[in-house]
Amino acid sequence: MHELAVTQSILKIAIDHAEQANAKQITDLHIVMGELSSMVDDSIQFYWEIIAKDTIAQKAQLHFRRVPAELQCVICSEKYHPTNEELICPKCGNAGAKILSGEEFFLETIDVE
Amino acid sequence: MTQRIPVVENILNANDHLAQENHTRLESAGVFSINLMASPGAGKTSLIEQTLPRLKDKLRIAAIDGDIATSLDSDRAAAAGALSSIQINTGGNCHLDAVMLRGALDQLQLNQYDLLLVENVGNLVCPAEFKLGTHKSVLIASIPEGDDKPYKYPGMYRGVDALIINKIDLLPYVSFRMDFFQRGVESLNPGVITFPLSCRTGEGMDAWINWLLQNSTK
Ligand SMILES: Nc1nc2c(ncn2[C@@H]2O[C@H](COP(=O)(O)OP(=O)(O)OP(=O)(O)O)[C@@H](O)[C@H]2O)c(=O)[nH]1
Ligand SMILES: [Mg+2]
Ligand SMILES: [Zn+2]
Repeated sequence: MHELAVTQSILKIAIDHAEQANAKQITDLHIVMGELSSMVDDSIQFYWEIIAKDTIAQKAQLHFRRVPAELQCVICSEKYHPTNEELICPKCGNAGAKILSGEEFFLETIDVE
Repeated sequence: MTQRIPVVENILNANDHLAQENHTRLESAGVFSINLMASPGAGKTSLIEQTLPRLKDKLRIAAIDGDIATSLDSDRAAAAGALSSIQINTGGNCHLDAVMLRGALDQLQLNQYDLLLVENVGNLVCPAEFKLGTHKSVLIASIPEGDDKPYKYPGMYRGVDALIINKIDLLPYVSFRMDFFQRGVESLNPGVITFPLSCRTGEGMDAWINWLLQNSTK
């Protein structure tokens, strides 16, 4: 549901940067999305087609790059990828880790002409 | 000619920025503020109703309720003794965001309060992504929801500063493996302070009330 607000935010950031560069149109947007983010790319795409209309981004393609999650055990420092069920350290069995990556959600680059 | 422009801007930046502004406002007015999040029916409004009478002689309390529709919850908070109770109707939105909270803060004389309780929209996914600018995020889990929720909604469990386990009066009636639940919590949010309690019987409320009191009068 909240992807509308998020998509508006993406559009605004892209247009601001394109205008600063005196670009005529935006052709591509590269969005980075961590595995732990709850955003849904299909739904962003859906809203994009509606709200980008009649802007300099109306022909732009959205590209999503997924970043896998990586956790680090707070006890033994082992780095691991969380599996679905129990989030325990595969090395020492401790439950409790800090997130090294996977929460990203940002606009990385735009292509303009 | 195509040109690539580096952006590297957090998409939720606008919200984060406003959340920071809200935080500064609350902080400078000396209001300790809580963002209460939970699935629908976990007991957010019940907790506010139980908290108010226990604290209203000690603290000046305002409540803000976010719901998709109706003012039922803010009416309940007012009836329970909130000095001010403001309803935000999100018009279909699944979460509160910093803009909505700002609108509600505009309606309050902030320096007249010590504690602000914000009830987020009932939802176990979306509110986690939108900071409001409150001092602490509190998640209410409840026994009938089941013991697997930390595993299924890790985003929510990961980011909170305190966890309430509500409806412990129902433990004899539902199968809820507390150790399994707590292992999930521990793996996502090691050491998070936890308050098992019942809004129905009042059991466990004291620890929660003391925590609020300590934080509000700091
Ligand atoms: N048995 C029991 N029932 C409870 C307890 N706390 C709340 N309830 C009941 O749970 C139901 C939902 O409580 P609410 O406080 O309205 O829940 P909420 O989280 O505010 O719900 P929404 O605002 O609709 O998302 C009500 O019927 C409450 O009476 C508890 O500790 N024990
Ligand atoms: Mg409620
Ligand atoms: Zn380990």
